[in-house]
Amino acid sequence: MDTTLSQTAGIADHGHGPAKGLGRWLFTTNHKDIGSLYLWFSLLMFLTGGCMALMIRAELFQPGLQLIQPEFFNQMTTMHGLIMVFGAVMPAFVGLANWMIPIMVGAPDMALPRMNNWSFWILPFAFTLMISTLFMEGGGPDFGWTFYAPLSTTYAPPSVTFFIFAVHMMGFSSIMGAINIIATILNLRAPGMTMMKLPLFVWTWLITAFLLIAVMPVLAGVVTMMLMDIHFGTSFFNAAGGGDPVLFQHVFWFFGHPEVYIMILPAFGIISEIIPTFARKRLFGYASMVYATSSIALLSFLVWAHHMFAVGMPLAGELFFMYATMLIAVPTGVKVFNWVATMFHGSMTFETPMLFALAFVVLFTIGGFSGLMLAIAPADFQYHDTYFVVAHFHYVLVPGAIFSIMAGVYYWLPKWTGHMLNERLGKAHFWLSFIGVNITFFPMHFVGLAGMPRRIPDYALQFADFNAVASVGAFIFGFSQLVFVYNIISCIRGGERATDQVWEGSHGLEWTLPSPAPYHTFSKPPLIK
Amino acid sequence: MIRKVWLLPWIGWLVSLPAIAAWDVNMRPGSTAIAREVYDLHMIIFWICVAIGVVVFGVMFWSIIHHRKSRGAEARNFHENTAVEILWTLIPFAILIAMAVPATATLIKMYDNTDAEIDIQVTGYQWKWRYQYLGEDIDFFSSLATSREQINNEAPKGEHYLLEVDNPLVLPVGKKVRFLFTANDVIHSWWVPDLSVKKDAIPGFINESWAIPEEPGIYRGQCTELCGRDHGFMPIVVDVRPQAEFDQWLADTRSAAAAQKASATQEWTLAQLMERGEQVYNTSCAACHQANGQGIPGAFPALAGSPMVTGDIGAHIDIVLHGKAGTAMQAFGAQLNAVDLAAVITYERNAWGNDTGDSVSPQRITELQQ
Repeated sequence: MDTTLSQTAGIADHGHGPAKGLGRWLFTTNHKDIGSLYLWFSLLMFLTGGCMALMIRAELFQPGLQLIQPEFFNQMTTMHGLIMVFGAVMPAFVGLANWMIPIMVGAPDMALPRMNNWSFWILPFAFTLMISTLFMEGGGPDFGWTFYAPLSTTYAPPSVTFFIFAVHMMGFSSIMGAINIIATILNLRAPGMTMMKLPLFVWTWLITAFLLIAVMPVLAGVVTMMLMDIHFGTSFFNAAGGGDPVLFQHVFWFFGHPEVYIMILPAFGIISEIIPTFARKRLFGYASMVYATSSIALLSFLVWAHHMFAVGMPLAGELFFMYATMLIAVPTGVKVFNWVATMFHGSMTFETPMLFALAFVVLFTIGGFSGLMLAIAPADFQYHDTYFVVAHFHYVLVPGAIFSIMAGVYYWLPKWTGHMLNERLGKAHFWLSFIGVNITFFPMHFVGLAGMPRRIPDYALQFADFNAVASVGAFIFGFSQLVFVYNIISCIRGGERATDQVWEGSHGLEWTLPSPAPYHTFSKPPLIK
Repeated sequence: MIRKVWLLPWIGWLVSLPAIAAWDVNMRPGSTAIAREVYDLHMIIFWICVAIGVVVFGVMFWSIIHHRKSRGAEARNFHENTAVEILWTLIPFAILIAMAVPATATLIKMYDNTDAEIDIQVTGYQWKWRYQYLGEDIDFFSSLATSREQINNEAPKGEHYLLEVDNPLVLPVGKKVRFLFTANDVIHSWWVPDLSVKKDAIPGFINESWAIPEEPGIYRGQCTELCGRDHGFMPIVVDVRPQAEFDQWLADTRSAAAAQKASATQEWTLAQLMERGEQVYNTSCAACHQANGQGIPGAFPALAGSPMVTGDIGAHIDIVLHGKAGTAMQAFGAQLNAVDLAAVITYERNAWGNDTGDSVSPQRITELQQ
């Protein structure tokens, strides 16, 4: 962006900095504090969900039941999925949005600061409630993160009611967060910051926020229907009472597929910020990036039943959802081509954020390729519910969404803390993660194609070797995240002082502020020509 | 030299690689015409992805190598090009259309369920399959045959660990078999990769699929929809036989069923019932109530010392025959024959220190079921 600033960023603390003690965090309405809270919470959940993944991988290291029993294994797969989706990835993106959107659009804070506080503080309660179900009689949810009825209704453990309440709370939090982001972007832009000058991270979050508002109520609806079936004698999903178990899947995936894009669109935004900075070249095809993101968001409402090719839909339904799903490859392809064209004839350097961004482009694209394969309905009958699917969605979520979050954290950390990162440790974290992730998830393609179903605690002997490899990779990836935690803490505590611009090639309002960014920024809006 | 010692186990591992046959990296072509078509589709889309990947990653890595600042590369100033952008929207679109054509053709064939010569109803239960040959008077359950000792690492694992059943589904070669899928409790999914059949079995609904097996042989598959605790322990085995052997199997199975029925009128001693009851218990009950009768607290009740099992015999028979609504306790009256029911109830009343001394006769069960 070639925005020029007619005045330096308005910085006025008016003498009131952050409050002292715990009260600062409990009662804060400051977007930077709330952003930090979201990010710390997400990190905690990422490590919690990661420990569960390691328990799963430890059990799957060898055939036979060694460490945990099937009922606990099912609770681990369920909780791992729920925590990573709702506790790690989504709050991390909301945290980045809180920190960055106001200072990227030149606003003094989020539009609705008190609601912002509430959006965050619901989350610790929701997740405490959800994780506490593991200690209840009968155990926690054991029906997979997709909680298909009637396994999650008639046949569920009693703790399912607490799970439903926890999902309702997460929904409140997400919807309020989304409203806040939309209100901030639409109303609080600095003068001259037209929509087509918005940084792409802001654009992708605007679109994501609309997706959230559209689908979180659908999730709330489907869990409420479960609640009615369990406690109030209805039969939405009970065939014996005139209901339909497949209805559950339609409603769930009408939420679930846009949810997938909620977890990847902000990632596209982060990558579109980072690659131009380190290629020292403007993003190629800014306008087409905006249009591609919008098309992906619209298409996301038309493809939900590709998760359900095996439920016995009519032929016309299968064909419609196959074609619509294949179509998504077009705008997604445009984005990848634009990133590559941005690098082409650039002047590239490879600091830690850029390494994560480059790995994102390659590995997310590999996840996209397996997604394209899964879209082919006749072939999907062979892939569906096998480890091939597990490999696919972990490729788009781990080296996809999570690598983009790590890239974003490393990219903006000097702005937040005022200190440069220890590059050696950053690169060590990158290479360990990159190697670990591929050793973990690439062999899953092979066992899936060879016929291993997902969500099983024990498997036939021909899958043993690749499962052992995947487990080794998982432990490499898992433990290398301790380097990440160490990097963040050491960057907060000290290090080389960061300049205002931080990176040689960075452009945008956030880089006009001092590092670390003061507690209050843009109290007077900057003028953008 | 000493520093290289850590390499030794890795070298040993690499050398042993060719000896391990289990490094399958791809789908098997299968043994039906449809399965081969699906395999071909899979390979076409795979190579399309590889080709696109080579081009995209090729440009990317070429840029990474040549357009880096350390080599003195200067950034150029282009940032859009309408012609290029239209081109890279249209080319993928054209590739997708080319891919959609054969995929549609195969899907239409897979949905043609007409002209079947044999109809088999497949019903998913927690955690076993039931096969009913419609019009043939053949109806049986198929459960995991791998022992709990193998699963718990107390015995060496066999070649077909977790992929073996007591009663396989037997099919004739070369006939179009139509499967009708449904389920008794939760959603299951019936998958045999070599037949390229995967369809959800949904309680209250019926799904269809079909296959024409071309080669005699044993084909193995598994349940592919999470269906509770023992989802990983309800495999599928299809035994495809030449027509003559299949006809023989039909006759044998019918006479075995008749003999089974006759045995229900014989006298059974307590010891005989206990012996048979233990087998039935381990196949049908132990997944939830556990082999030692202790159940799983909070999920599945214990039977050892349970008032239900040591108290009124009528109530005990009733819950085994008719199940308990709203719980995982199924109605076994429809699943087991009278001898097995009598044996398993007798076993439960006398095992694990229950020692009631009660014995239930198959005749009593038969009377109750009439």
